[in-house]
Amino acid sequence: MSPADHPPDGRREEVSGGRPRGEVDTPNGRDTTIGSSARRVGGIERVTGAQQYVADLRLDDVLHVTLVHLNSARARIGEIDAAEASRVPGVLAIVTADDLPQPVARFGPGYRDRPLLATAETKYHGEPVAAVLAETLDAAREAARLVSVAHEELPAVLSIAAARDERSPLVRDPELRGADDPFRGTNTLTEWQFGWGDVGAATADHVIQQRYTAASTTHFAIEPHGFLAAPDRGGVAVWSSIQHPYVLQRLIADTVGLPLARVRVFAPDPGGGFGGKQHAKYEPLLAVLALKIGRPVRLVLTLEETFQAVRSPTFEIGIRSGFMSDGSIAFQDIDIDGLLGAYADIGHRVVSKSSYLACGPYRVPDARIKVRALLSHTPPATALRGFGSPQMAWAFESQMDEAARLLGLDRLEIRLRNLAGRGEEIVRGAGDTPADGDWAESVRRAADWIGWGDPLPDGHGRGIAVGIKSSATTGASYAIVRLLHDGSATVLAGTSDMGQGARTVLAQIAGHELGIPIERVAVVMGDTAAAPYDMQTSASRSTVFMGTAVLNACREIAEKLREMASETYGVATDDVTITAGVVRMPGREVDAVELIADAFGPMLGEVIGTGSRRGDHIAEHPLGGHAAFYEFSCTASEVAVDRETGEVELLRHVTVSDVGKALNPAHVAMQDEGAAVMGLGQTLMEQLIFDETTGRIQNLGALDYRIPTTKDLPLEMASLVVENEDGPGPYGAKGTGESGLLSTAPAVASAVHDAVGVVVRDLPLTPERIWRALRELG
Amino acid sequence: MAADTLAVSFVVNGRNRTIEVGVHRTLLDVLRDELGLTGSKECCAEGECGACTVLLDGDGINACLMLAVEADGRAVTTIEGLGADGTLSRIQDAFLAAGGVQCGFCIPGMVMSAEALLSRQARATPTEIREALSGNLCRCGGYNQICDAVAAAGSAEGGPAEDRA
Repeated sequence: MSPADHPPDGRREEVSGGRPRGEVDTPNGRDTTIGSSARRVGGIERVTGAQQYVADLRLDDVLHVTLVHLNSARARIGEIDAAEASRVPGVLAIVTADDLPQPVARFGPGYRDRPLLATAETKYHGEPVAAVLAETLDAAREAARLVSVAHEELPAVLSIAAARDERSPLVRDPELRGADDPFRGTNTLTEWQFGWGDVGAATADHVIQQRYTAASTTHFAIEPHGFLAAPDRGGVAVWSSIQHPYVLQRLIADTVGLPLARVRVFAPDPGGGFGGKQHAKYEPLLAVLALKIGRPVRLVLTLEETFQAVRSPTFEIGIRSGFMSDGSIAFQDIDIDGLLGAYADIGHRVVSKSSYLACGPYRVPDARIKVRALLSHTPPATALRGFGSPQMAWAFESQMDEAARLLGLDRLEIRLRNLAGRGEEIVRGAGDTPADGDWAESVRRAADWIGWGDPLPDGHGRGIAVGIKSSATTGASYAIVRLLHDGSATVLAGTSDMGQGARTVLAQIAGHELGIPIERVAVVMGDTAAAPYDMQTSASRSTVFMGTAVLNACREIAEKLREMASETYGVATDDVTITAGVVRMPGREVDAVELIADAFGPMLGEVIGTGSRRGDHIAEHPLGGHAAFYEFSCTASEVAVDRETGEVELLRHVTVSDVGKALNPAHVAMQDEGAAVMGLGQTLMEQLIFDETTGRIQNLGALDYRIPTTKDLPLEMASLVVENEDGPGPYGAKGTGESGLLSTAPAVASAVHDAVGVVVRDLPLTPERIWRALRELG
Repeated sequence: MAADTLAVSFVVNGRNRTIEVGVHRTLLDVLRDELGLTGSKECCAEGECGACTVLLDGDGINACLMLAVEADGRAVTTIEGLGADGTLSRIQDAFLAAGGVQCGFCIPGMVMSAEALLSRQARATPTEIREALSGNLCRCGGYNQICDAVAAAGSAEGGPAEDRA
């Protein structure tokens, strides 16, 4: 792209003024054009109610599954009396751990610790002890209420303090740990130490030490998790609202002892994922039940059960920061506790991967980061949009504000002074990906939009903060593109489209490369028997990883077309060029359809291209690989705080994301704004509150756990992008989708301080916390 | 378990239906499980998320909070009942054009709430739109495109409505 049609500051007029208006931009009549806001593929199905999610699927002869839980955080399981329950008409079976093959299979993406059903003791409120299978959901529910489980309440570990107390009971059975596990007698799952330089020897003019906490929140995808399983021609088929169908396929194969080729996972587009649908929850149990009973089985979680299945870790971050008088960072000494639940799920990775970048996007000469992943008798914590990075930004950005106040520096200025420039290392000495964007540009644009430095009325304040997230460190995406003989194309890709718009952007890439409109591209996803392997849909990777695989597949098709043209028309391959489906050779120009007709004749045929994009494992790297790119964003917010109530009114809010290239600007804006609003929920209102005795989530359900509605939005909101085409994905794209929430909390907290002078170091910033801080201020 | 049942006669998407339903079954259960109309979604099942919003005699209601038998003699419109002959309603089309659709799970309920609003008030102000959609939760987006879509659909008949200061 020439500088003329792409201003060097990355400004895109339709975006920089605020939200794009969403018109379909169809230069040359083709809405596949990269950089145009093509309408969502699958959009019509979604506005007409025709889109089928897992809970909408009907299987003949299906049995309904309901799970039996105890009202306690931790209990020793005694006799399970199912006699009365089994007399409920329509009940076929009541299955407990004793009825499963022994030892009961355990699973988990990092640690195989979670049993299919609780054995011996339950370890969190909501852990199932039995599964009821019945002909109707009513019968299954009634029977589940009648299952009587003798049990003895046991003391539970519910907080970081308790998890670190060596007198506390152990969450994880010692026999699940290796004999050489140094944490065998503790509630530490594992720990890490990252860093560079020598913090002990580092000197600073000022040292700031603080502790920040961030509550556990839940995903609240509007679609509760749903699962089906059925015997399938000597194997098993599983339907799940899952982000990682191929990880699930492998898990099911391992659990039931079948080859991958006999396990078919259908992954209908999830109704929102946000990380909560990455890893299996009840699919292995359902597969075992379906094969045991020989009939299809169905389990759709209630929203309450979904809360008990997915949440983020609780974080406590102690941070000691050294600053020089000019505002430059001298060192960071950080101590992080991440409280997971009873089983690891992917929570340990959330804690380690986010902590790795706990110093932020800054130039830090010396760093020491000590990290613990702790276990507790609470629902397993898992990935949630941002993967721990927003919590890290909460700490390191709040420290920047502390330093600015102490040193009398402007909050914008101190950030610009420390921000790493393009090509500078942020994590030093490990050969990691250096700063891969002009990050200061994002910060300046956010500051411009919010009117940094302009006078404000009393009680109003502004804040600004940055955030960074390491994207995928490893990955493997494969795609097949079939150019059919009428010139339309089918893309087979294993990505999950959970609302981020993967189908649309992959169709755009294929359409752009093959020179066909988006209406002539079909994207087939959600069936492991149809689409080739994709490691996972996470870490904002799909545009970069699967997008590149699709691009490469299309380019393989172009190569094949050149060879076909050479053979068919008797010209040298080197003399054939292909651009967007047009085949040019000396004295002749045909389109791909004509070439295919001439080459294949009446028997017809198709041209198949394959492509892949891998990021391979690096054994010696602490995270197993270097970030493919960073998601960097800057948030600026303007608020008014009510001194009487502590309530925060959001006046203006902007996110600026460094996306490399917005392949579909409307989709990028939707992702960014959605992330920002989720971030505002986590900042101001969302927290899971655990009962201190039963471990039950007290605000279990939509009535008591509030997420933002249309009435909680900032009065004015904008999503801006920086596009320097410097990403590793197609056309210079980086991933996005998480960036909008990386720095929400510190930006809003900074604005609150600017407005009324209080500092709150615990998330969420509830009116009560702000009100109490105002009272202390006097 | 012999559940008590009652016959319910109602008009669903313009069609007269009489079916025998369990007295404890919600309207949402019956629409989804008995009539195969799965466009209305279940999320919270307690009237907080709006994913199950349908029109009852033209008013938007949470189908999860109403027993099916209570709908006897009433007219129910679900997302499947909008548009005609394969065309989209103005609101559905506006949702697509404004880019308000992401995962889509909340969208049927959003569209029905918008239909309820615009059927009683063709041109709604931004504040009225936010109020009318405040019972419909979306977790993917920032709501703005959805509100824009409703404003665009509403203003198609006249100029855009504005908030009065």
